Formats: sequence, structure tokens, C-alpha cells
Amino acid sequence: MTTSIVVDGVAKKFTLRYHRTLKQVTVAAVRRQELSNSFWALQDVSFEVQQGESIGLMGLNGSGKSTLLKLVNGVMRPDKGSVLTRGRIAGLIAARAGFHPQLSGRENIYLNAAVQGMSEAETKRKFDDIVDFADIGKFLDSQVGHYSSGMTARLGFSVAVHVDSDIFLADEVLAVGDRPFKKKCMERMQEIRDSGRTIFYVSHAPGSVRKMCDRVIVLEEGRVGFDGPTNAGIKYLKYDSKPDEDDTDDDLGADI
Amino acid sequence: MTDVAPRSASAEGEPYDVSHLPLVAPAATTGLLEVFRRRYLLRLLVRREISARYQASFLGIIWSYVNPFTQFLLYYFILGIVVGLGSRFQNFAVHVFCGLVIVSFFTETFNAGTRSIVGNKQLVQKLAVPREMFPVASMLVSGYHVIPQLVILVVVALFYGWTPDPVGMLGLLVALLIVGTLGTALALLFSAANVFFRDFSQVVNVLTNFVRFGVPMIYPYTLVSERFGPVAQFYLLNPIADAVLLVQRAFWVGTTDDPAEYTRLHIPDHILTIGLGAFVGSAVVLVIGQLVFSRLENKIPERL
Ligand SMILES: Nc1ncnc2c1ncn2[C@@H]1O[C@H](COP(=O)(O)OP(=O)(O)O)[C@@H](O)[C@H]1O
Ligand SMILES: [Mg+2]
Repeated sequence: MTTSIVVDGVAKKFTLRYHRTLKQVTVAAVRRQELSNSFWALQDVSFEVQQGESIGLMGLNGSGKSTLLKLVNGVMRPDKGSVLTRGRIAGLIAARAGFHPQLSGRENIYLNAAVQGMSEAETKRKFDDIVDFADIGKFLDSQVGHYSSGMTARLGFSVAVHVDSDIFLADEVLAVGDRPFKKKCMERMQEIRDSGRTIFYVSHAPGSVRKMCDRVIVLEEGRVGFDGPTNAGIKYLKYDSKPDEDDTDDDLGADI
Repeated sequence: MTDVAPRSASAEGEPYDVSHLPLVAPAATTGLLEVFRRRYLLRLLVRREISARYQASFLGIIWSYVNPFTQFLLYYFILGIVVGLGSRFQNFAVHVFCGLVIVSFFTETFNAGTRSIVGNKQLVQKLAVPREMFPVASMLVSGYHVIPQLVILVVVALFYGWTPDPVGMLGLLVALLIVGTLGTALALLFSAANVFFRDFSQVVNVLTNFVRFGVPMIYPYTLVSERFGPVAQFYLLNPIADAVLLVQRAFWVGTTDDPAEYTRLHIPDHILTIGLGAFVGSAVVLVIGQLVFSRLENKIPERL
């Protein structure tokens, strides 16, 4: 077994409001109020992931899931501790991942693929597959700003799954897609998992987490509240108790 | 053909094994060198800017010729005929246009570069790219727009009977290098600063006004040297002024009846040496810009 991700004692601090006007600063200074109030979005987060594991990252809104993913994919750096990863990382952090609204779908595919480290030849080779998977049809050459959020998400997801990555991150990606697309995505992610790549999957839908993941990490106000087997994790969150959720075919539906 | 390290193991076929890859911090390696290592991405960003600019316009790229050419005509009529500078300084419109090429390259790099990181929020917040990419792309886009201006300058100069000379062409190259380097340096500094306080893009607007009048564009260098005598050499500490003089040396003096006399009168001695000095100075500023940028960069994604 090879370690894929090592998160060691990580903390991340944010400031609540960054941009203040001169007026606000002066008034605050005169009244001797505190100017910046910062808080820890993540604290003491430590865990290791082996290559090939697929982790469900769960927790309430604002518990730090997206922040953790941004530390793992290298967009942000931790204020304390360290994050180490092995291999290439791809994935989708929020549905509108880095698209330029004024460019066409086609141009955005090239740009997005390049940002995730694909070469021109590789993108050309996979271009038709990417378009097929996204299934945006005749809108390929119209500008992404006019896409619906579901279409944007499809395009983003499609590029991300076609990157030859060792670690795949998915942050609430299925929230906006329609049902056939969600199903297709789940299948593709299962393929990714079965090919031995590491997956980090953020979702609020216990059904899909159960299908995808063999381990769950629950964040609670920036700390690891639970780290263990999937079922125990879902139980820990008490997401199970809702009666209408589980037995229906709506494994993916609750992916808010 | 790969553009980026680390390579993924999955590209190498079965069995799936990443143990040969190093365990490293995932943050994108940064710095200007990394930008040029990922030149495919850089090319896409530049192309995107250029196509976005002429998007939905019928004439498209033709506008980048129309705009400078009408500017030239304006200067020709206003300065040459209405104000009457044309009698003292032959082809004064060419003199102005030489300055305009440099000044617009510089101010566009500076302005667009300063806004580049905030403007590319979407990318910066979600994907690990070297953030220097964006100011550099702005510089290249502005550089791309110099081409039509140079074409017009050459056509006009040829019309006035100009012939290219090696020293002049070398001077032009040095001038463009000065502006590209200094523009990138300032774009780096201000693009990072602009993330923290959006006021910086306003500051840049104000600064570029000074640039327009701080170079011998709408007035000849002779006026400065006549008025200030030996103090005029401080004027030459401004690299953009040197670049403008280099371009005037390359084109304007060659369009007059007596290039040697015009060079002696209106271009400082040893302008090429001064220009090379300005280029070295700009390179130093670029190094400083990179150092400052690297220090600020950490906090950029969360502050956007
Ligand atoms: N760039 C930022 N600046 C300030 N606060 C932020 C920033 N990004 C996230 N936060 C705050 O950090 C907390 C965690 O956010 P996030 O990781 O997006 O949560 P989740 O994805 O679990 O819903 C939230 O309170 C959010 O408001
Ligand atoms: Mg989130």
C-alpha cells in the first residue's frame, strides 16, 4: 500500500471581512473596536489516505469541506501543519470550476484541460469523448455564460474525469445535474475508483456515499468529528434517520 | 509532450502503482520560470484574451488597425497642421506615434496586468495554477497589439522615405524589451496588491496619466534638455522615456530630410547604451516584483 494523501495537523485561518473602507477603519479606530476578526475554518485535521481508497467527506454547510479540498488540490496552503499528495490531482471544486463565461464550450474545454495539466495532444485525443460525456450537443460552440448550471457542471465534470489523475476530487458536483447525468457520473466515479485511483467525494447524500465510499470523514466546525467506515459515519451524522430518503431510488437526489 | 509534472501513474498502464511518484506539497510550483514551462496554458490564456476582446464584433481584428491609424491621423492634423509644430519639427506626427506605440504597450500591460488576477478569480480560486501566469499573459496580449501599430508605423515611415538601419532596429528591440520587462514587473506587483485592495487599479489609472506626459511623446526631448540643461539626464532615468527615444531614433529621425542632424539635435547621445542600462534596471525591478509577488501569493486565493 502506498500513501496517497497525508494531512498532518492542518489548520486554516480565514478573516471574516477583508475589504473595509477608509471610513470604516477610521470609525473603528476612533471607537477602539477590533478591526479584523479571524476564525479557524480548519483545525487539527490529520489523516492519511492510501492509494485507491475512496473517502466520503461529509459535514454540515460551512464545516470546512471545500476548504479542505482546496488544501488538497493546492489552491490554498495551510496556515499550520502540512498537506502532502502523491501524483496528479484532478477534479471539480464546485460546479462552475474555472469556466470563462464569454468563451464557447469548446474553448473552455481546452482551457480547463490545460489548467488541469493536460497537453494539447492529449486534449485533442480525448476531445470527442469529453464532448460525448458532457452531452451538450449543439451548444458546444455557444458561450458558456448562456449554459444552464447543470450544463456547466456536466462540462466541468466531463473534463475532470478525462484527466489522467491519481487523485480525484469531487465537491458537491452532482448537486445540479439532472438524474440521468447523476447516474452517469456515479458510474464513471465508480470506474475511477475501481481503476485504483484515490477519490475524495463531498456529498450530503448518504445513498451515494454508501455506494461510492469505503470510508467517511465527517468535519464538524473544522475538526474531524468522525473517521471510519461508511455506515458508521452516516449513522454518526444521523442522516440515516430520515425515513423517506434511503429506500427510494433517490440515492442521489438529496445531493444538496 | 507533457506540460506538467507530476505525471499520473494511470497514464502508464497496469498495474496501477504510484509508489514511484514523490509525496509532495500539492500547491503549484510558482515563479516566472514555471509560467514558461507551461507555455501551452499560457498560449491558451493569451488567445482567450485576444478573442474575447474582439468577440461579437463584425470587423474583429481590423479594429486593432483602425484605432491606431485614426490616432495617427488625429495627431497629424492637430499637432502638425492646427498647432503648427510641423514646421519646426518635421513629421511631428511620426514623433508622437513612436511614443504612442511604447506608451500604449506599457499602459495596457500595466492596467490589464493589474486587473488580471482579480479578473481571473474563477480560475485562481479553484485550480492550482502558477498565478504569475495572468500578469504575464496580459503583457503578451498587449505586446500582440503592438504589432498592428508597428505595421502602421513602418508603412507611414516608408511613405516618408525612411529606410531601416541596424542600430535603429536594435534600438527598437531594446525598447520593446524594456517595456515588456518593466510592464511585467509592475503588473506582478500591482496585480497581487489589487487582490488585497482594489484601490490599486485606480492608482494605476492615475500613474499611467503621468507616464503619458513623462515621456517625450507630445513634446520633443529637445525641450527638456533646453529647459533643464544637465538636470535633463535625470529625465533619462525613466526607462519608458528611453524606450520612446529609442523608437524615435529607429523611425522618426529616418523620416526627416537630415537624419544625422535630427539625431544629433533631438536624441540624447549614446541612447542605445542608456537603453541597455534601462533594460538592466527593468530586469532588476522584475526580480523585485517576483520576490514580492511570491510573498503575497499565498493569501491570494482566499482573498479574492
Ligand atoms: N476565502 C474565504 N474567506 C473567508 N472565509 C471563508 C473563505 N472560504 C471559506 N470561508 C469560510 O470557511 C468556512 C468553511 O467553508 P467551506 O469549506 O466552504 O465549507 P463547506 O464546503 O463545508 O460548506 C465557512 O464558514 C466559510 O464562510
Ligand atoms: Mg462546500
